[in-house]
Amino acid sequence: MTQQPGTTTSPEASAATERRSPLDAVHREAGASFTDFAGWQMPVRYSSDLAEHHAVRTHAGLFDLSHMGEIVVVGPEAALALDYALAGKLSAIDEGQAKYSLLLDRDGGVIDDVVVYRTGADRFMVVANAANREVVAEELRDRTSPFDTEVFDESDDIALIALQGPDAREVLSQTPGFGVQGPGNDEEDFVTALENVKYYRAFAAEYEGAPVLVARTGYTGEDGFELYVAPERAASIWEALRETGGPRVVPCGLASRDTLRLEAGMPLYGHELGRHILPVQAGLERVVALSKEGDFVGREAIEQGPAADAPVLVGLAGEGRRAPRADYEVYDGPGEDAARVGVVTSGALSPTLGHPIAMAFVAPDAAELGRELFVDVRGTRLAASVVARPFYQRTN
Amino acid sequence: MTDQASLQYTEEHEWLRVDGDTVTIGITDYAAEKLGDVVYVDLPAAGTAITSGSVVGEIESTKSVGELFAPVDGEIVESNQAVIDSPELVNSDPFGEGWLIKITAGELPKLLSHDEYRALVAE
Repeated sequence: MTQQPGTTTSPEASAATERRSPLDAVHREAGASFTDFAGWQMPVRYSSDLAEHHAVRTHAGLFDLSHMGEIVVVGPEAALALDYALAGKLSAIDEGQAKYSLLLDRDGGVIDDVVVYRTGADRFMVVANAANREVVAEELRDRTSPFDTEVFDESDDIALIALQGPDAREVLSQTPGFGVQGPGNDEEDFVTALENVKYYRAFAAEYEGAPVLVARTGYTGEDGFELYVAPERAASIWEALRETGGPRVVPCGLASRDTLRLEAGMPLYGHELGRHILPVQAGLERVVALSKEGDFVGREAIEQGPAADAPVLVGLAGEGRRAPRADYEVYDGPGEDAARVGVVTSGALSPTLGHPIAMAFVAPDAAELGRELFVDVRGTRLAASVVARPFYQRTN
Repeated sequence: MTDQASLQYTEEHEWLRVDGDTVTIGITDYAAEKLGDVVYVDLPAAGTAITSGSVVGEIESTKSVGELFAPVDGEIVESNQAVIDSPELVNSDPFGEGWLIKITAGELPKLLSHDEYRALVAE
């Protein structure tokens, strides 16, 4: 048996560097299988990626995302600088708020997708994909240099743990050791803060005296939290969450993270996003704040828009159990004479839905909902219908 | 419980069990672990002639696709319907209920012993 390359490996992964998470020893003790992801050795699964996927949908899953990059932009003009550097209007978000945004190049292509947290009046934390940490830091430094700001790449000083799923809030609120920041607080204040924090908001907390940013964000399609912590505290927080959660909390690897985000219709850099793709092609036009005042990097190209025949991202749903996968070609018919209309960017047999799902870039005239297309799955043309994203939406 | 020491192995992480004229073939625990949860198995019908080195089946997990190679010329006697119906058997019992195909074959090429295979995957 030989195995074709997996789909989560980053395009910029390098075997020369082998970085390890501060939770590496914890993962090894838990018997995780590892994968190279953007030069990091990260857990791909602990035992069963399907069981890990289902745990997030039904109870809670615990993810180590310490490979992500955290770049802090701070200074009196930080908000203004980010309005210029990124596609969104970051000056419009409140302290404690988070926003999904894009770092565009001059041609309007996507250098990276990021989540930006406003952690102070003059302080923002930009969370970048691991493969893009350096380029994001470099671009932010370059783009914000005319402004009264400073840029710090704090990735090495911040670990990231995500607790995702319907039980996430309850488990986090029951875990001892957490408090909100400030004098005289106790665990009760933490529980109250957790109950009050809205989706895409964050608050400053502490764990046994060390600062923790608790954010109600995630990449799974479930409710949940992401905890930005000092690397030396990561293991004790991980163990505390596992101990409190017991069977409700299952450690999850990157394999399940990929199928979870795919079901939720969320784009992954290197698959649905890249420098040759304008946001509108990926359905992300709302992330670009064309109405904001002043220039921003990529504005001219975005206003011009892509060519009329530029491919657009669609969801595909098939029958049976054979999944379209990244790079498989999409045709407008089952026969040899059918025209190639696009290419798959991500695909899997959906663990929750039980049928194949995929995302693909296809010609605009092949993109209407309900259209039947055909994916070449290693020589066999399998029918798939264009469907709306997300494929899966939580009901709770 | 299959005695893994009695099996022969290929460098493509397949195992073979010779039983008279019949050879049973599956993938090893190492291969199943590398694939992750198997969700679909495509195997040839009985009577299909197979050629050494050609791809005769596919084992799909959520993350990737594994190809099953014919280690020898022969003919399919039986494909494991239980595995087609319940692909997770490849993960739960790769050397037993998770077998994939039975073939009739002539003389086998030189294969790896259990010790040689374990040394290979330990690298």
